[in-house]
Amino acid sequence: MKTDYKKIAFDGVIASNPTLKLVLGTCPTLALTTLAMNGIGMGLAVTFVLICSNAIISCLRKVIPSEVRIPAFVLIIATFVTIVRLVLDKLLPDIYDSLGLYLPLIVVNCIILARAESFASKNTVLASACDGLFMGIGFTLALTVMGAVREILGAGAIFGFKLWDFQISFFSSSAGAFFTYAMFIMTFGIISSAIGKKKKIKAYELTRAALNGGTEQAENNAAFSSVNTCPAPISGATPIAAEQAQKISSGITGQAEKGQSQNGEKTQTQTIKEEEN
Amino acid sequence: MAEFIMIIVSAVFINNFVVVQFLGICPFLGVSKDFKSALGMGLAVTFVMTITCLITYPIYTYILVPLGIEFMEIIVFIFIIASIVQMIEMVLKKFSPTLYNAMGIYLPLITTNCAVLGVAELVIDSAQMASLLGIAEAQMNMGYAVLYGLFAGLGFTLAIVIMSGLRERIALSSVNKHLRGFPIAMITACFIAMAFYVFALI
Repeated sequence: MKTDYKKIAFDGVIASNPTLKLVLGTCPTLALTTLAMNGIGMGLAVTFVLICSNAIISCLRKVIPSEVRIPAFVLIIATFVTIVRLVLDKLLPDIYDSLGLYLPLIVVNCIILARAESFASKNTVLASACDGLFMGIGFTLALTVMGAVREILGAGAIFGFKLWDFQISFFSSSAGAFFTYAMFIMTFGIISSAIGKKKKIKAYELTRAALNGGTEQAENNAAFSSVNTCPAPISGATPIAAEQAQKISSGITGQAEKGQSQNGEKTQTQTIKEEEN
Repeated sequence: MAEFIMIIVSAVFINNFVVVQFLGICPFLGVSKDFKSALGMGLAVTFVMTITCLITYPIYTYILVPLGIEFMEIIVFIFIIASIVQMIEMVLKKFSPTLYNAMGIYLPLITTNCAVLGVAELVIDSAQMASLLGIAEAQMNMGYAVLYGLFAGLGFTLAIVIMSGLRERIALSSVNKHLRGFPIAMITACFIAMAFYVFALI
Protein backbone atom coordinates (compact mmCIF):
# COMPACT_ATOMS: atom_id res chain seq x y z
CA MET A 1 0.00 0.00 0.00
CA LYS A 2 1.40 3.34 -1.03
CA THR A 3 0.97 6.11 1.50
CA ASP A 4 0.14 9.59 0.30
CA TYR A 5 2.44 11.72 2.44
CA LYS A 6 1.30 14.92 0.76
CA LYS A 7 -2.26 14.20 1.88
CA ILE A 8 -1.11 13.44 5.42
CA ALA A 9 0.73 16.76 5.52
CA PHE A 10 -2.20 18.73 4.10
CA ASP A 11 -4.68 17.03 6.46
CA GLY A 12 -2.56 17.57 9.53
CA VAL A 13 -1.70 21.21 9.00
CA ILE A 14 -4.82 22.54 7.23
CA ALA A 15 -7.72 20.24 6.29
CA SER A 16 -8.19 18.65 9.70
CA ASN A 17 -6.16 21.02 11.84
CA PRO A 18 -6.50 19.61 15.37
CA THR A 19 -7.08 22.99 17.01
CA LEU A 20 -9.20 24.88 14.51
CA LYS A 21 -11.09 22.14 12.64
CA LEU A 22 -11.37 19.19 15.03
CA VAL A 23 -11.39 21.41 18.19
CA LEU A 24 -9.34 18.92 20.20
CA GLY A 25 -6.93 19.70 23.00
CA THR A 26 -8.80 22.82 24.00
CA CYS A 27 -7.48 23.07 27.56
CA PRO A 28 -3.83 23.94 26.77
CA THR A 29 -4.96 26.02 23.78
CA LEU A 30 -7.07 28.30 25.96
CA ALA A 31 -4.73 28.38 28.94
CA LEU A 32 -1.34 28.87 27.29
CA THR A 33 -1.99 31.28 24.43
CA THR A 34 -1.47 34.40 26.54
CA LEU A 35 2.08 34.47 25.15
CA ALA A 36 3.30 33.36 21.73
CA MET A 37 6.35 31.71 23.31
CA ASN A 38 4.13 29.44 25.46
CA GLY A 39 2.33 28.37 22.30
CA ILE A 40 5.59 27.27 20.69
CA GLY A 41 6.76 25.48 23.85
CA MET A 42 3.50 23.60 24.30
CA GLY A 43 3.25 22.87 20.57
CA LEU A 44 6.73 21.37 20.38
CA ALA A 45 6.19 19.28 23.52
CA VAL A 46 2.94 17.90 22.08
CA THR A 47 4.59 17.33 18.67
CA PHE A 48 7.37 15.29 20.25
CA VAL A 49 4.92 13.17 22.23
CA LEU A 50 2.69 12.72 19.16
CA ILE A 51 5.52 11.53 16.90
CA CYS A 52 6.94 9.09 19.48
CA SER A 53 3.61 7.72 20.70
CA ASN A 54 2.26 7.34 17.16
CA ALA A 55 5.40 5.46 16.07
CA ILE A 56 5.42 3.12 19.09
CA ILE A 57 1.67 2.46 18.94
CA SER A 58 1.96 1.74 15.23
CA CYS A 59 4.83 -0.71 15.96
CA LEU A 60 2.72 -2.50 18.54
CA ARG A 61 -0.61 -2.28 16.71
CA LYS A 62 -0.70 -6.00 15.98
CA VAL A 63 0.41 -7.01 19.48
CA ILE A 64 -2.00 -4.93 21.60
CA PRO A 65 -5.37 -6.70 22.03
CA SER A 66 -8.22 -4.35 21.18
CA GLU A 67 -9.90 -4.80 24.60
CA VAL A 68 -7.03 -3.19 26.50
CA ARG A 69 -5.86 -0.78 23.80
CA ILE A 70 -6.92 2.43 25.57
CA PRO A 71 -4.96 1.71 28.80
CA ALA A 72 -2.02 0.57 26.69
CA PHE A 73 -2.09 3.78 24.62
CA VAL A 74 -2.36 5.90 27.75
CA LEU A 75 0.63 4.11 29.32
CA ILE A 76 2.75 4.72 26.20
CA ILE A 77 1.72 8.38 26.07
CA ALA A 78 2.35 8.85 29.81
CA THR A 79 5.87 7.45 29.40
CA PHE A 80 6.75 10.01 26.73
CA VAL A 81 5.16 12.85 28.68
CA THR A 82 7.33 11.90 31.66
CA ILE A 83 10.41 11.99 29.39
CA VAL A 84 9.47 15.44 28.03
CA ARG A 85 8.85 16.69 31.55
CA LEU A 86 12.21 15.52 32.88
CA VAL A 87 14.11 16.88 29.87
CA LEU A 88 12.39 20.30 30.00
CA ASP A 89 12.89 20.55 33.76
CA LYS A 90 16.63 20.03 33.30
CA LEU A 91 17.32 21.95 30.07
CA LEU A 92 14.67 24.69 29.79
CA PRO A 93 13.43 25.45 33.32
CA ASP A 94 11.78 28.74 32.19
CA ILE A 95 9.50 26.98 29.72
CA TYR A 96 8.90 24.20 32.27
CA ASP A 97 7.66 26.79 34.78
CA SER A 98 5.47 28.65 32.29
CA LEU A 99 3.78 25.45 31.06
CA GLY A 100 3.29 24.36 34.68
CA LEU A 101 0.28 22.17 35.30
CA TYR A 102 -0.48 21.76 31.58
CA LEU A 103 2.67 19.77 30.89
CA PRO A 104 1.57 16.61 32.75
CA LEU A 105 -1.91 17.13 31.31
CA ILE A 106 -0.58 16.32 27.81
CA VAL A 107 -1.37 12.71 28.85
CA VAL A 108 -5.09 13.40 28.67
CA ASN A 109 -4.83 15.67 25.63
CA CYS A 110 -7.51 14.45 23.23
CA ILE A 111 -5.36 15.03 20.11
CA ILE A 112 -2.81 12.37 21.03
CA LEU A 113 -5.33 9.69 21.99
CA ALA A 114 -7.48 10.52 18.96
CA ARG A 115 -4.56 10.12 16.54
CA ALA A 116 -3.47 6.91 18.26
CA GLU A 117 -6.98 5.51 17.96
CA SER A 118 -7.86 6.71 14.47
CA PHE A 119 -4.53 6.69 12.64
CA ALA A 120 -1.59 5.00 14.36
CA SER A 121 -3.47 1.81 15.20
CA LYS A 122 -4.21 1.26 11.49
CA ASN A 123 -1.17 2.55 9.59
CA THR A 124 2.50 1.80 9.07
CA VAL A 125 5.17 3.17 11.41
CA LEU A 126 6.54 5.77 9.01
CA ALA A 127 3.10 7.06 8.01
CA SER A 128 2.07 7.28 11.68
CA ALA A 129 5.21 9.18 12.64
CA CYS A 130 4.59 11.52 9.69
CA ASP A 131 0.98 12.02 10.79
CA GLY A 132 2.20 12.82 14.29
CA LEU A 133 4.70 15.34 12.94
CA PHE A 134 2.19 17.20 10.76
CA MET A 135 -0.62 17.12 13.32
CA GLY A 136 1.91 18.52 15.79
CA ILE A 137 2.93 21.24 13.33
CA GLY A 138 -0.73 22.14 12.79
CA PHE A 139 -1.26 22.36 16.54
CA THR A 140 1.93 24.39 17.08
CA LEU A 141 1.07 26.84 14.28
CA ALA A 142 -2.46 27.42 15.54
CA LEU A 143 -1.26 27.91 19.12
CA THR A 144 1.55 30.25 18.10
CA VAL A 145 -0.64 32.45 15.90
CA MET A 146 -3.32 32.64 18.59
CA GLY A 147 -0.66 33.37 21.19
CA ALA A 148 0.81 36.13 19.00
CA VAL A 149 -2.61 37.76 18.49
CA ARG A 150 -3.40 37.66 22.19
CA GLU A 151 0.05 38.90 23.14
CA ILE A 152 -0.09 41.82 20.69
CA LEU A 153 -3.59 42.88 21.75
CA GLY A 154 -3.36 41.99 25.43
CA ALA A 155 0.20 43.00 26.30
CA GLY A 156 1.35 45.13 23.35
CA ALA A 157 4.31 42.82 22.76
CA ILE A 158 5.34 39.87 20.63
CA PHE A 159 7.68 37.06 21.75
CA GLY A 160 8.49 39.26 24.72
CA PHE A 161 9.55 42.32 22.66
CA LYS A 162 7.63 45.45 23.60
CA LEU A 163 5.82 47.00 20.62
CA TRP A 164 3.74 49.77 22.14
CA ASP A 165 2.07 50.81 25.41
CA PHE A 166 -1.45 50.29 24.09
CA GLN A 167 -2.99 47.15 25.53
CA ILE A 168 -6.47 45.65 25.96
CA SER A 169 -6.30 43.57 29.12
CA PHE A 170 -9.48 41.71 28.07
CA PHE A 171 -7.40 39.63 25.67
CA SER A 172 -5.02 38.40 28.34
CA SER A 173 -7.88 37.42 30.68
CA SER A 174 -9.63 34.05 30.62
CA ALA A 175 -12.70 35.54 28.91
CA GLY A 176 -10.43 36.83 26.14
CA ALA A 177 -9.09 33.30 25.62
CA PHE A 178 -12.57 31.97 24.84
CA PHE A 179 -13.34 34.97 22.63
CA THR A 180 -10.12 34.72 20.60
CA TYR A 181 -10.57 30.97 20.14
CA ALA A 182 -14.17 31.48 18.95
CA MET A 183 -13.05 34.11 16.45
CA PHE A 184 -10.28 31.84 15.15
CA ILE A 185 -12.62 28.88 14.64
CA MET A 186 -15.14 31.15 12.90
CA THR A 187 -12.54 32.68 10.56
CA PHE A 188 -11.17 29.24 9.73
CA GLY A 189 -14.71 27.99 9.02
CA ILE A 190 -15.51 30.96 6.75
CA ILE A 191 -12.30 30.54 4.74
CA SER A 192 -12.67 26.79 4.35
CA SER A 193 -16.36 27.06 3.38
CA ALA A 194 -15.49 29.73 0.78
CA ILE A 195 -12.90 27.39 -0.74
CA GLY A 196 -15.35 24.48 -0.52
CA LYS A 197 -18.03 26.52 -2.34
CA LYS A 198 -15.67 27.23 -5.22
CA LYS A 199 -14.97 23.52 -5.55
CA LYS A 200 -18.71 22.74 -5.42
CA ILE A 201 -19.53 25.21 -8.23
CA LYS A 202 -16.82 23.62 -10.38
CA ALA A 203 -18.23 20.15 -9.71
CA TYR A 204 -21.76 21.36 -10.56
CA GLU A 205 -20.62 22.81 -13.88
CA LEU A 206 -18.86 19.57 -14.70
CA THR A 207 -21.96 17.46 -13.98
CA ARG A 208 -24.12 19.78 -16.03
CA ALA A 209 -21.77 19.45 -18.95
CA ALA A 210 -21.86 15.68 -18.53
CA LEU A 211 -25.67 15.68 -18.41
CA ASN A 212 -25.92 17.82 -21.52
CA GLY A 213 -23.58 15.40 -23.26
CA GLY A 214 -25.86 12.36 -22.59
CA THR A 215 -28.36 11.37 -25.32
CA GLU A 216 -31.41 10.99 -23.08
CA GLN A 217 -30.77 14.27 -21.41
CA ALA A 218 -30.18 15.90 -24.76
CA GLU A 219 -33.72 14.94 -25.83
CA ASN A 220 -35.22 16.31 -22.64
CA ASN A 221 -33.14 19.38 -23.09
CA ALA A 222 -34.47 19.86 -26.60
CA ALA A 223 -38.05 19.58 -25.36
CA PHE A 224 -37.27 21.99 -22.58
CA SER A 225 -35.75 24.55 -24.88
CA SER A 226 -38.59 24.19 -27.43
CA VAL A 227 -41.15 24.80 -24.72
CA ASN A 228 -39.19 27.73 -23.46
CA THR A 229 -39.06 29.29 -26.88
CA CYS A 230 -42.83 28.82 -27.37
CA PRO A 231 -44.67 32.09 -27.87
CA ALA A 232 -46.69 33.13 -24.84
CA PRO A 233 -50.23 32.91 -26.33
CA ILE A 234 -49.83 29.25 -27.33
CA SER A 235 -48.64 28.12 -23.92
CA GLY A 236 -51.54 30.06 -22.45
CA ALA A 237 -53.99 28.35 -24.83
CA THR A 238 -52.79 24.85 -23.96
CA PRO A 239 -52.35 24.69 -20.22
CA ILE A 240 -51.75 20.94 -20.39
CA ALA A 241 -48.70 21.45 -22.58
CA ALA A 242 -47.44 24.12 -20.22
CA GLU A 243 -47.86 21.77 -17.30
CA GLN A 244 -46.00 19.08 -19.16
CA ALA A 245 -43.26 21.51 -19.97
CA GLN A 246 -43.02 22.44 -16.30
CA LYS A 247 -42.82 18.77 -15.37
CA ILE A 248 -40.10 18.18 -17.90
CA SER A 249 -38.13 21.19 -16.83
CA SER A 250 -38.45 20.28 -13.15
CA GLY A 251 -37.41 16.75 -14.10
CA ILE A 252 -34.28 18.07 -15.72
CA THR A 253 -33.30 20.24 -12.80
CA GLY A 254 -34.10 17.33 -10.51
CA GLN A 255 -31.81 15.14 -12.54
CA ALA A 256 -29.11 17.74 -12.47
CA GLU A 257 -29.43 18.04 -8.71
CA LYS A 258 -29.46 14.28 -8.38
CA GLY A 259 -26.36 14.02 -10.50
CA GLN A 260 -24.66 16.63 -8.38
CA SER A 261 -25.62 15.01 -5.11
CA GLN A 262 -24.52 11.63 -6.41
CA ASN A 263 -21.26 13.18 -7.41
CA GLY A 264 -20.93 14.70 -3.96
CA GLU A 265 -21.66 11.37 -2.35
CA LYS A 266 -19.13 9.69 -4.59
CA THR A 267 -16.41 12.15 -3.65
CA GLN A 268 -17.36 11.78 0.00
CA THR A 269 -17.17 8.00 -0.13
CA GLN A 270 -13.90 8.29 -2.03
CA THR A 271 -12.40 10.52 0.63
CA ILE A 272 -13.66 8.21 3.36
CA LYS A 273 -12.08 5.24 1.57
CA GLU A 274 -8.85 7.19 1.20
CA GLU A 275 -8.88 7.99 4.88
CA GLU A 276 -9.44 4.35 5.68
CA ASN A 277 -6.58 3.37 3.47
CA MET B 1 -14.12 27.63 59.88
CA ALA B 2 -12.68 30.63 58.06
CA GLU B 3 -10.33 28.28 56.21
CA PHE B 4 -13.24 26.09 55.27
CA ILE B 5 -15.09 29.03 53.71
CA MET B 6 -11.86 30.08 52.00
CA ILE B 7 -11.58 26.64 50.36
CA ILE B 8 -15.17 26.86 49.08
CA VAL B 9 -14.80 30.37 47.69
CA SER B 10 -11.39 29.66 46.18
CA ALA B 11 -12.23 26.33 44.58
CA VAL B 12 -15.74 27.08 43.38
CA PHE B 13 -15.53 30.73 42.36
CA ILE B 14 -12.12 32.44 42.30
CA ASN B 15 -10.17 29.56 40.76
CA ASN B 16 -13.06 27.85 39.03
CA PHE B 17 -11.68 24.79 37.28
CA VAL B 18 -13.39 25.37 33.97
CA VAL B 19 -13.54 29.06 33.22
CA VAL B 20 -10.45 30.28 35.10
CA GLN B 21 -8.01 27.35 34.99
CA PHE B 22 -9.29 25.85 31.71
CA LEU B 23 -9.42 22.28 32.97
CA GLY B 24 -12.11 19.93 31.67
CA ILE B 25 -13.06 22.06 28.67
CA CYS B 26 -13.86 19.03 26.51
CA PRO B 27 -16.87 17.83 28.57
CA PHE B 28 -17.74 21.48 29.29
CA LEU B 29 -18.32 22.03 25.56
CA GLY B 30 -19.31 18.48 24.64
CA VAL B 31 -21.84 17.45 27.30
CA SER B 32 -23.51 20.81 27.97
CA LYS B 33 -26.27 20.67 25.37
CA ASP B 34 -29.04 19.90 27.87
CA PHE B 35 -29.46 20.52 31.57
CA LYS B 36 -30.00 16.94 32.71
CA SER B 37 -26.92 15.40 31.14
CA ALA B 38 -24.83 18.39 32.23
CA LEU B 39 -25.87 17.88 35.84
CA GLY B 40 -25.18 14.14 35.58
CA MET B 41 -21.73 14.73 34.13
CA GLY B 42 -20.93 17.38 36.73
CA LEU B 43 -21.88 15.16 39.66
CA ALA B 44 -20.04 12.15 38.21
CA VAL B 45 -16.89 14.27 37.80
CA THR B 46 -17.24 15.66 41.35
CA PHE B 47 -17.50 12.14 42.73
CA VAL B 48 -14.46 10.87 40.82
CA MET B 49 -12.40 13.98 41.69
CA THR B 50 -13.07 13.55 45.42
CA ILE B 51 -12.18 9.85 45.42
CA THR B 52 -9.10 10.56 43.28
CA CYS B 53 -7.78 13.12 45.77
CA LEU B 54 -8.52 10.70 48.60
CA ILE B 55 -6.32 8.02 46.98
CA THR B 56 -3.60 9.87 45.03
CA TYR B 57 -2.59 12.29 47.80
CA PRO B 58 -1.58 9.57 50.33
CA ILE B 59 0.01 7.45 47.61
CA TYR B 60 2.18 10.38 46.51
CA THR B 61 3.06 11.58 50.02
CA TYR B 62 3.58 8.23 51.74
CA ILE B 63 4.81 5.99 48.93
CA LEU B 64 6.32 7.92 46.01
CA VAL B 65 8.15 10.63 47.98
CA PRO B 66 9.83 8.29 50.55
CA LEU B 67 10.97 6.03 47.71
CA GLY B 68 12.29 9.02 45.72
CA ILE B 69 10.33 8.18 42.57
CA GLU B 70 8.21 11.34 42.27
CA PHE B 71 8.79 11.38 38.50
CA MET B 72 6.50 8.34 38.20
CA GLU B 73 3.53 10.45 39.34
CA ILE B 74 1.89 10.88 35.91
CA ILE B 75 1.88 7.15 35.11
CA VAL B 76 0.75 6.19 38.62
CA PHE B 77 -2.01 8.82 38.71
CA ILE B 78 -3.47 8.02 35.33
CA PHE B 79 -3.63 4.36 36.28
CA ILE B 80 -5.29 5.12 39.60
CA ILE B 81 -7.87 7.31 37.86
CA ALA B 82 -8.59 4.71 35.19
CA SER B 83 -9.05 2.00 37.80
CA ILE B 84 -11.23 4.21 40.02
CA VAL B 85 -13.50 4.97 37.08
CA GLN B 86 -13.66 1.30 36.14
CA MET B 87 -14.39 0.30 39.74
CA ILE B 88 -17.11 2.92 40.20
CA GLU B 89 -18.70 1.70 37.01
CA MET B 90 -18.76 -1.90 38.26
CA VAL B 91 -19.98 -0.98 41.75
CA LEU B 92 -22.75 1.21 40.38
CA LYS B 93 -23.83 -1.47 37.92
CA LYS B 94 -24.09 -4.02 40.75
CA PHE B 95 -25.65 -1.98 43.54
CA SER B 96 -27.48 0.94 41.98
CA PRO B 97 -28.69 0.33 38.43
CA THR B 98 -30.73 3.55 38.41
CA LEU B 99 -27.68 5.66 39.24
CA TYR B 100 -25.67 3.64 36.73
CA ASN B 101 -28.21 4.39 34.02
CA ALA B 102 -28.06 8.08 34.86
CA MET B 103 -24.27 8.34 35.12
CA GLY B 104 -23.07 5.32 33.15
CA ILE B 105 -22.47 6.92 29.78
CA TYR B 106 -20.33 9.72 31.27
CA LEU B 107 -18.07 7.50 33.35
CA PRO B 108 -15.73 6.26 30.57
CA LEU B 109 -15.27 9.87 29.42
CA ILE B 110 -14.00 10.90 32.84
CA THR B 111 -10.72 8.96 32.56
CA THR B 112 -9.48 11.38 29.92
CA ASN B 113 -10.92 14.45 31.63
CA CYS B 114 -8.15 16.98 32.32
CA ALA B 115 -9.96 18.17 35.45
CA VAL B 116 -9.44 14.86 37.27
CA LEU B 117 -5.73 14.49 36.51
CA GLY B 118 -5.41 18.25 37.02
CA VAL B 119 -6.75 18.15 40.56
CA ALA B 120 -4.53 15.16 41.40
CA GLU B 121 -1.47 17.07 40.16
CA LEU B 122 -2.56 20.29 41.84
CA VAL B 123 -3.13 18.98 45.38
CA ILE B 124 0.36 17.43 45.60
CA ASP B 125 1.94 20.80 44.75
CA SER B 126 1.82 22.10 48.31
CA ALA B 127 3.35 25.50 47.49
CA GLN B 128 0.64 26.30 44.97
CA MET B 129 -2.12 24.90 47.17
CA ALA B 130 -0.92 27.08 50.04
CA SER B 131 -1.21 30.22 47.90
CA LEU B 132 -4.61 29.12 46.55
CA LEU B 133 -6.10 28.44 49.96
CA GLY B 134 -4.24 31.08 51.96
CA ILE B 135 -2.63 28.64 54.43
CA ALA B 136 0.97 27.89 55.39
CA GLU B 137 2.74 25.34 53.22
CA ALA B 138 3.40 22.97 56.14
CA GLN B 139 -0.29 23.01 57.06
CA MET B 140 -1.26 21.27 53.83
CA ASN B 141 -2.66 17.83 54.59
CA MET B 142 -5.01 15.21 53.27
CA GLY B 143 -8.14 16.90 54.65
CA TYR B 144 -7.47 20.02 52.59
CA ALA B 145 -6.67 17.90 49.53
CA VAL B 146 -9.95 15.98 49.67
CA LEU B 147 -12.01 19.10 50.42
CA TYR B 148 -10.35 20.91 47.54
CA GLY B 149 -11.15 18.00 45.24
CA LEU B 150 -14.78 18.02 46.32
CA PHE B 151 -15.30 21.76 45.89
CA ALA B 152 -13.32 21.98 42.66
CA GLY B 153 -15.70 19.32 41.34
CA LEU B 154 -18.68 21.35 42.53
CA GLY B 155 -17.20 24.37 40.75
CA PHE B 156 -17.04 22.30 37.58
CA THR B 157 -20.67 21.26 38.09
CA LEU B 158 -21.73 24.87 38.59
CA ALA B 159 -20.01 26.02 35.39
CA ILE B 160 -21.34 23.17 33.24
CA VAL B 161 -24.90 23.62 34.57
CA ILE B 162 -24.85 27.39 33.85
CA MET B 163 -23.48 26.63 30.39
CA SER B 164 -26.20 24.06 29.66
CA GLY B 165 -28.93 26.53 30.63
CA LEU B 166 -27.52 29.16 28.31
CA ARG B 167 -27.04 26.69 25.47
CA GLU B 168 -30.64 25.49 25.75
CA ARG B 169 -31.68 29.10 25.13
CA ILE B 170 -29.21 29.56 22.28
CA ALA B 171 -30.53 26.43 20.57
CA LEU B 172 -33.87 28.22 20.14
CA SER B 173 -32.45 31.37 18.60
CA SER B 174 -31.11 31.85 15.10
CA VAL B 175 -27.34 32.07 15.07
CA ASN B 176 -25.16 33.08 12.13
CA LYS B 177 -24.21 29.86 10.37
CA HIS B 178 -20.48 30.45 10.76
CA LEU B 179 -20.92 30.90 14.50
CA ARG B 180 -23.02 27.77 14.99
CA GLY B 181 -21.56 24.97 17.10
CA PHE B 182 -18.23 25.57 18.80
CA PRO B 183 -17.76 29.32 18.20
CA ILE B 184 -21.05 30.35 19.82
CA ALA B 185 -20.40 27.93 22.70
CA MET B 186 -17.00 29.57 23.21
CA ILE B 187 -18.52 33.04 23.17
CA THR B 188 -21.07 31.89 25.77
CA ALA B 189 -18.17 30.56 27.85
CA CYS B 190 -16.48 33.95 27.40
CA PHE B 191 -19.40 35.68 29.12
CA ILE B 192 -19.45 33.11 31.92
CA ALA B 193 -15.72 33.70 32.38
CA MET B 194 -16.34 37.46 32.62
CA ALA B 195 -18.95 36.83 35.32
CA PHE B 196 -16.51 34.66 37.29
CA TYR B 197 -13.77 37.28 36.89
CA VAL B 198 -15.66 39.44 39.37
CA PHE B 199 -14.86 36.95 42.16
CA ALA B 200 -11.14 37.32 41.47
CA LEU B 201 -11.42 41.05 42.22
CA ILE B 202 -12.72 40.50 45.75
